Amino acid sequence: MDWTLIFSRAVESGIGTEAVIYALAAIGLNVHFGYTGLLNFGQAAFLAVGAYAIAVTVSTFGLPFFLGVGIGLLLAVVLALLLGIPTLRLRADYLAIVTIAAAEIVRLVVRSVALEETFGGTDGIQAFSDSFYGLNPYPAGQYNLGSIIGFDERTMWVLTVGWVLVAASCFVIYLLMKSPWGRVLKAIREDEDAVRSLGKNVFSYKMQSLVLGGVIGSLAGFIFALSRSAVQPDLFSTELTFYAYTVLILGGAARILGPVVGSAIFWALLVLISTGLEEAVNSGVITFITVNQVGPIRFMLVGLGLILLLIFRPQGIFGDKREIALDAR
Amino acid sequence: MRRAVIAFTAFLGGLIFLLASSTTMAWADGEGLKGTLRNQGQPVNGVKISVADEGNAPVADATTDAKGEWKIPVPKAGTYKVTLDQTSLPQGVSLKFKDRATLTVQVFEGNERNVLFALTSGNAGGENGTGTDATPSESSQYWTRVAQLGFEGLSLGLVIALGAVGLSLIFGTTGLTNFAHGELLTMGAFIALIFNTAGLHLLIAAPLAVIVSAGIGYAQDRWFWGVLRKRKTGVISMMIISIGLAIFLRYLFLFLFGGSGRPYEQYVAQEGIAIGPIFATPKSLVAMGIEIVVLIAVGLALLYTRIGKATRAVADNPALAASSGINVDRVVRIVWAAGTAIAALAGILLGMQQNLTYQMGLQVLLLMFAGVTLGGLGTAFGALVGSLIVGLFIQLSTLWIPPEMKTVGALAVLIVVLMVRPQGILGRRERIG
Amino acid sequence: MHADEAVANRKDGAQAVFAGLATEPGVAKPDPILVVDNVVRRFGGLTAVDVAHVEIQRGSITALIGPNGAGKTTFFNQLTGFDNADSGEWTFNGRRMNGVSAHKVARLGMVRTFQLTKALSKLTVLENMRLGAQNQLGESFLRALIPSLWRKQEDEITERAEELLQRFKLDAKRGDFAGSLSGGQRKLLEMARALMVKPELVMLDEPMAGVNPALTQSLLGHVKDLRQQGMTVLFVEHDMDMVRDISDWVIVMAQGKVIAEGPPDTIMSDDRVIDAYLGAHHDAPLSAEEEERQLAEAEAALVAEAGLASGAGPNETVTTRKEPVDE
Repeated sequence: MDWTLIFSRAVESGIGTEAVIYALAAIGLNVHFGYTGLLNFGQAAFLAVGAYAIAVTVSTFGLPFFLGVGIGLLLAVVLALLLGIPTLRLRADYLAIVTIAAAEIVRLVVRSVALEETFGGTDGIQAFSDSFYGLNPYPAGQYNLGSIIGFDERTMWVLTVGWVLVAASCFVIYLLMKSPWGRVLKAIREDEDAVRSLGKNVFSYKMQSLVLGGVIGSLAGFIFALSRSAVQPDLFSTELTFYAYTVLILGGAARILGPVVGSAIFWALLVLISTGLEEAVNSGVITFITVNQVGPIRFMLVGLGLILLLIFRPQGIFGDKREIALDAR
Repeated sequence: MRRAVIAFTAFLGGLIFLLASSTTMAWADGEGLKGTLRNQGQPVNGVKISVADEGNAPVADATTDAKGEWKIPVPKAGTYKVTLDQTSLPQGVSLKFKDRATLTVQVFEGNERNVLFALTSGNAGGENGTGTDATPSESSQYWTRVAQLGFEGLSLGLVIALGAVGLSLIFGTTGLTNFAHGELLTMGAFIALIFNTAGLHLLIAAPLAVIVSAGIGYAQDRWFWGVLRKRKTGVISMMIISIGLAIFLRYLFLFLFGGSGRPYEQYVAQEGIAIGPIFATPKSLVAMGIEIVVLIAVGLALLYTRIGKATRAVADNPALAASSGINVDRVVRIVWAAGTAIAALAGILLGMQQNLTYQMGLQVLLLMFAGVTLGGLGTAFGALVGSLIVGLFIQLSTLWIPPEMKTVGALAVLIVVLMVRPQGILGRRERIG
Repeated sequence: MHADEAVANRKDGAQAVFAGLATEPGVAKPDPILVVDNVVRRFGGLTAVDVAHVEIQRGSITALIGPNGAGKTTFFNQLTGFDNADSGEWTFNGRRMNGVSAHKVARLGMVRTFQLTKALSKLTVLENMRLGAQNQLGESFLRALIPSLWRKQEDEITERAEELLQRFKLDAKRGDFAGSLSGGQRKLLEMARALMVKPELVMLDEPMAGVNPALTQSLLGHVKDLRQQGMTVLFVEHDMDMVRDISDWVIVMAQGKVIAEGPPDTIMSDDRVIDAYLGAHHDAPLSAEEEERQLAEAEAALVAEAGLASGAGPNETVTTRKEPVDE
């Protein structure tokens, strides 16, 4: 078994594009769920909106890349408003169902044949990331970080932008959650009526939270699209949202760095296990499963991990048990 | 009561047997797509039609003959895209709905599926033609289609209802929004498959699977959910735990059974029979019969049996029910057992209509949620009504929107209904403050 | 002492106003802060609230009493925007308030507390207090990002919060999570937090429910203190001793209607009131059962305070005295 390969892949994944994407998605969810107590099960829709905004603007309409970014941010705001207006006055579980439904609507619309000309159907859209990579300051080549891991210049560029976005988002959340604004959100998470009785417009704050988390989710969508130079509708399924929840809870909800650490550990572990198993199967150490069965196993472990986390350590790695939203009712 | 549940499921199994054996089975000579192109009653020939599978890989082409008819056999049941080449239409004839040159259709086992392209005269007439100028034959075709879609919608709605009733009862009695409920359907279907491939006829395998599922449902509450409730796990925690369970089970099925669709050994391919304007396979009629009987039985049980009344009491107010001497834990366990059993039955019936895949439950989960929410969270009868509406809406909406968008329509309606009537159609208004 | 004199003056002043008033339901007050007309709220077929006319005198302490299910809390919910009345209108300081949402009601100076205490248990006591302050610059999204814009105001708010905490003897707890407080302390915190809003009218929904006797006197003192500071108090209460002790005027509700009004001394012997309570025989003002229950609650609270002071939320069950209302 090639232990170096296993560990280098794991570390690469822990700081790689997947980790960045899920960190951003989970930071958004942290604003919704961790701080405000909103059960948004449609985070995938915000990622899809971000990713498709760039792809459609550049590839379908031939407009500039940064216009696509702007449109993506704008559409994320619009989507949050559309989701929030009907549901934020209702019970928490309604928001869950409406957001999950909305995410499916977005996915089904962009994969539809009727709109294939615009969204590319099930194949999605390619060829929109040239101007992004045109800005790449890294000369072509392989960049080794430490002794065992390395990325090519394109990945380096995506990762640089991605981690800068992660850092910036965390900093903004840090400022907000230290402020009276964040205090109102945390109060809403606990008891809306109490907050209302103190003269705060709860609906408005929930909406602001939904918009902020959604916009951060669309950033994840940008990185998702750019890192693959392609978008496909089925990447934005409900499972993406659920994995983002796993990442969030693993790291610790209502903690600034919770989603970031959660994402790094999630991907490093996932790849460690799957590469380890593949290697074990290939080298004949494990004989009772095939390489094809390694994929399902790693997702089974995700599910199992989520169950065990919630039962035995709902506060995650970083969280403070006294301050999580999970049992606030 | 446990015995009663088992007896009940055994009864259902027997019912399947009775209903199924009364229809003669016939093996079809293959699945296919066909259609007739007409414009104002006249056949249109020389039009190119092509069929591709779900992954856009071309299957075959055909050209309409002098009667306007075309026919393309397909290798297996599944989803296909049928495209009409608009450039091959004769001068002065065009598609009524230009965006519907490609239709996505479902072909069932042994089914030669009719595909309709509406044509109109004149190139410009497409946009605002809504069928008011339809000729008699077009309008009768239209109503045939309405009847067929209504039937399919009812069929879909009944399966959803079967799953949704359990989902709703579990929500009502425990407050758990069970995201793993779709996997209970899948599980039932696969348990039946295990018995089936072990050599048992489906008519024996199915009731066995339902009984085993009831046991699993009971065990699931006895050793998992019940324990979590005792630990005072919050409902949101439990909801996310159910998501974890759903992911785990789904990939367990993928691990065990692989990614490709698996059919049961029996009743795979059946020739459809025409009943009036409706075209249906005997097995789908039997399935609907079973669904209706089970749903009525569940409804009667809820209304008139002691355990049913207790269930409703617990759903209404667990604390009050407990203080009036109802053993809440026992009721919840029975609800889990029965809910899982019914879900398994729904999974098996669904599996008879399509191949078994590890994602089959997930695919109907959202529709079950939609049904439950439309009807009003936590009311079993609401779930029933809501599910039927969802099923009918999904199928009938394809009259106006592309079939691939039908789920979009249903989900959009769900959101709109929630805006207007948040408590659902049959739900009670909640008091605030 | 000057302060005592002032208290006496305020109290005498408030009571002098009521001296000549008729004890009829809906009697006009000389200087009403709140005027309610024809407020109706139905749940299904049941009319929970049907108040024809009521006025609340400015600067007084008015008690709202009535048997269980009389609609007191529902009435509170209507007035404070937590529920929508089916019809009727009411004015606060002459401003029409029907249809005004809950947070605006609070901003306008009408602040309520809840029967089931709503201390935000995962926030610290001090954060709970700060939340009550109005017009906070740092509560706007963009300004929140620049601490220098709101830091000064936050310091002022903190100072005011500390003062109030001191007054309510909660200053030692300021850094604790509110969830670790006892039931009585939560009631105090909720009242202190309401004062952070700087209200004109304070509406207390059962301020004594679940409070152990040791804290009762201090709570009573705080309520009287509100009047002393020029605020108007309207409170719902079951404890008749408290009503007699601190209120200047009593309004009695039964089956959603106001059936009697009057000064506390005379209202207890009013025939209509006795009928209402006896008619609703399940909940006389302070039955033996009730007394026993309160005693048990108080004991539980004491035990909780002594033993579990650091545990999260030991008192939730203690403060839970839910009125099986109206449905």
